This record gives sequence, structure tokens and C-alpha cells, in this order.
Amino acid sequence: MAQVTASMAGSVWKILVKEGEQVVQGQDVVILESMKMEIPIQAEVSGTVEKIFVEEGSFVNEGDPLLSLSES
Amino acid sequence: MKIKKVLIANRGEIASRVIRTCQKLGIQAVAVYSEADQALPYVRQADEAYLIGPGPVVKSYLNQEKILEVAQEADVDAIHPGYGLLSENAYFAKKVIDAGLVWIGPRPEVIAQMGEKVTARQVMQKAGVPVVPGSDAVKSVEEAAAIAQEIGFPVLLKASSGGGGMGMYLCHGMDELRSQFPLAQQRAKALFGDDTFFVEKWISPARHIEVQVIGDQHGNVIHLFERECSVQRRNQKVIEESLSPSISQETRQRLYEAALLAARSMHYTNAGTIEFVVDSEENFYFLEMNTRLQVEHPVTEAITGVDLVELQFAIAEGKELPWKQEEMKARGHAIEFRLYAENPKNFYPSPGLLQELSFPVLEGVRIDAGYETGNTVTPFYDPMIAKVIVSGSWREEVIEKAKDALSKISVSGIQTNLPVLLQVLDHPSFVAGKYDTNILNSLPRE
Repeated sequence: MAQVTASMAGSVWKILVKEGEQVVQGQDVVILESMKMEIPIQAEVSGTVEKIFVEEGSFVNEGDPLLSLSES
Repeated sequence: MKIKKVLIANRGEIASRVIRTCQKLGIQAVAVYSEADQALPYVRQADEAYLIGPGPVVKSYLNQEKILEVAQEADVDAIHPGYGLLSENAYFAKKVIDAGLVWIGPRPEVIAQMGEKVTARQVMQKAGVPVVPGSDAVKSVEEAAAIAQEIGFPVLLKASSGGGGMGMYLCHGMDELRSQFPLAQQRAKALFGDDTFFVEKWISPARHIEVQVIGDQHGNVIHLFERECSVQRRNQKVIEESLSPSISQETRQRLYEAALLAARSMHYTNAGTIEFVVDSEENFYFLEMNTRLQVEHPVTEAITGVDLVELQFAIAEGKELPWKQEEMKARGHAIEFRLYAENPKNFYPSPGLLQELSFPVLEGVRIDAGYETGNTVTPFYDPMIAKVIVSGSWREEVIEKAKDALSKISVSGIQTNLPVLLQVLDHPSFVAGKYDTNILNSLPRE
């Protein structure tokens, strides 16, 4: 299982996927907002979204898990 | 009326900047701050400071009710909004005035007109100021496509309520326009609460040149020359200078005339800035008007000797402008450098603890900093840490002095764009004064 983590501190602006959805490596899965900039976070591996740990609007620190993927 | 006590509805370097003029004028300064900002210098520089909420701006600096509550509690006469945050919020300006306080800025109606880009274009066209070829509000992707076809690609899809580099989408062709439009609308709705869009021709290569204007409540309006703001990343300014090093004297005069025409036509009061895009043939077009003090106002102060914040207070008190246009003189040259907490390669934000932040003390170098050693740059706000303003008699001299000043800045703990600023100072186009808004994209990235 792989985790997608926040590359920097910020708030979760948009979650682009749903639990159970198939994603491919490099696909944007979450958009963070930090210092007035939108920061897209990509899936590092292809797989299925297992669990989403955050909600839109919640604040995350660098390294915090955003969602987990089961590799396909 | 004389302003004796003012609330500064802002944070960081601009709050410190306004406090400095308050101290000079004997005005009591009241600061407001979020939980994330309590250690910043402006909080203790103010005569009084009030905690208004947690870090996120919606819970603190954009919380209008809370700020008005503090204004009542602290018994201030006026509110200075700084830039960004609530400074261009016409509803807030009106609430301030309705609460019996002085709003240090233009009338709310003017803020509202200029805040809506579609309306602003119409006002400018009516006044006889050239605007970028484009449209009024478009209702559908079909309408946007038809206009793009007519004016020719590439085009910019722009949110009417956007600004400051946000809410703009460049489309090179029809497919891109069709795929961007719904996404752009969705984002504008989320960011500005308004998904009205219009289409503008994309002008490239382009320079961004803006004219500072200031008007009093007695119908007098003057300009304070122009600022060249073409060094940008993500459509946000990084370096600004005054005067512009490249335009002809004739174009310069025409820019001033257009700016005055625009400001006079709307009976503009207080400080404002009219931004133009200038193409390679020196044709210029109105882009937007900022109805507030500008981040880069210090370069204008450096070449004119005017304290713009002092003038803002005087005008808000009802005083007449102390000078006529022909009495205004621009002397020498000034360049401002914005020090950002960001990765110098991809310009991504770099929040964190400032283990060290120190600036040299040099003649002709002004530092407007929002932070000091030991402060944390948090992800809630704009990444600007400080502005370095360098002035002198000649542009060449200013560039040399700037290299010296910037190389003597010590900053550690986070990444900054300092290497980029130094790279620009050695860039042949910058040195020659002949650059456009692409200059940062043309820097070598190792």
C-alpha cells in the first residue's frame, strides 16, 4: 500500500478523486493551497484509492498523509 | 477631521510601513493579528494590538465583523486597509464608513467599479482610455469561442473578479479554450464567488507599466510617474523600477495623460494605480486599476521624496493635495526587489522557521521587512518576507548598489528567491533595460 503525502504545509483546496477510484501514476489527486498558490499533488504509483484521510478545507503539515493507494 | 487613532487592517511589512508614518504624524496605531502572526514585528511596533483569530485569513484578516468590533473597542477614527486582504472590498469600505469611521481609500463605488474587470473596461473605454482588444462578460463557452475566433488566438480567459495574477487562463487554440472554460469557471466560483468571465487578446511580448495617481476630495488629481513591473513569475511581480528604463518620452507622456483621464473621469480620491500592458511597438492598453496603496509604492517614494501613506492620511482628512502636477519632479532611479519565501527553481512556496534574517544598513537602501530572525513564515499568507528598495542617481549605479545590498542579506532556515534576484541583476536584457514579462522564464535553471 502506498500513501500520498502533503509536499508542504497548507490547506486542502480540492480532492480530485473518490475512494475506490482507479488512478494512474502522475495523476493529480489533491490540490493544496499554500501561500496563495495552488499546489497539485500527484499519485506516485498507479492503483486504487483506498482511503482518503483529509477533507476539503482541512489544514495539513508537510508529510501528513492525504490518502492511501493499493497498488495495482 | 483630524485622524488621531487608526486601525491597520493588515499584517506584516505593510502594517509596519503604515505604523512608521503614524509615528511620524503622531497618530496612534492599532494593529490586529492572527494566532500565526503574534511574534511578527508589527504587532509590538503598534501602540495597541488585538488578536482577531486563528491563522487562516477567513477566520482573521478577512473577518470584517471582528475587525469592526476591534475598531469600536479601541475607539479609532479611521481604518487603513493596506493592500490585499480587505483593501479592495467595497462592502467592507462601506461598512467602515457606515460605522462612522474614515476609510483611508477611494469611495466604495469606485472600488466596486474597478474590482469588476468587465465594468472597469467599460468605464475606461467611455473615458477614452485604450483597453486590450476583447469582450464584455461572456455567458457561455460558445460565446467565448466566437470572440476568440474574431480577435485571434492566443487569448486570455479572465475572471471578472480576479486580479493579482489569479483567475487567468491562457488559451492557444479552440480545443484548449473549450477544455479550460468549465474548469476556469469552477475555480473562479470557488476563489472569488463569481464565475463571470471575459476574453482578452494575449499580448506578447509585453511589458507591464503602471502609473501612480492620487486625488483629493476637492477634484484635484495628479500622477506620480510610472513604475515598470515586467519582472514577474506566475503573473506576480518580483522586481519593480521607476522610471521605466525603456519607453520613449512620448509614450511616457501619453501614459500619464491616459492615467489622468481615467482617474479624473471617475473623480478618483486617494492613492490608486492604473496598470497598462505595453506591446513591442509601445502601444499600450488598460489592464486593471488597483484602488489602494501598491506593494511597490516605495520606488515612487524614492524618486519623488513623497511619503504616500502620509498623503493618504491627509486626503482622507479632507486636505487638499499640497502640490500641482508641474511641481512634481522625478529624481534619479529606484528599484524594488521582493524577497519571497520560495524555492528559487520552481517558485514553489517554502514556509518555515527563519533561523536567521538580517539586512545590511547601506546608504540608498531601504528595507521594508515583515519578519525578523526567529519568526515563522506560515502557509496562510503571501510568501513575501521583505522588500529591498535601492535608489541612486543613475540606473547603472542602482544596479551595482543592489548587487552589493542583496549579497549582504543573510537568510537561513527556509528557501528564498534571493539567487533569482541576483541572477536578474546580471541578465543582459535587464542591464540594458530592455526586458519583457518573460524575463524570468529565460533565466538558466541549473
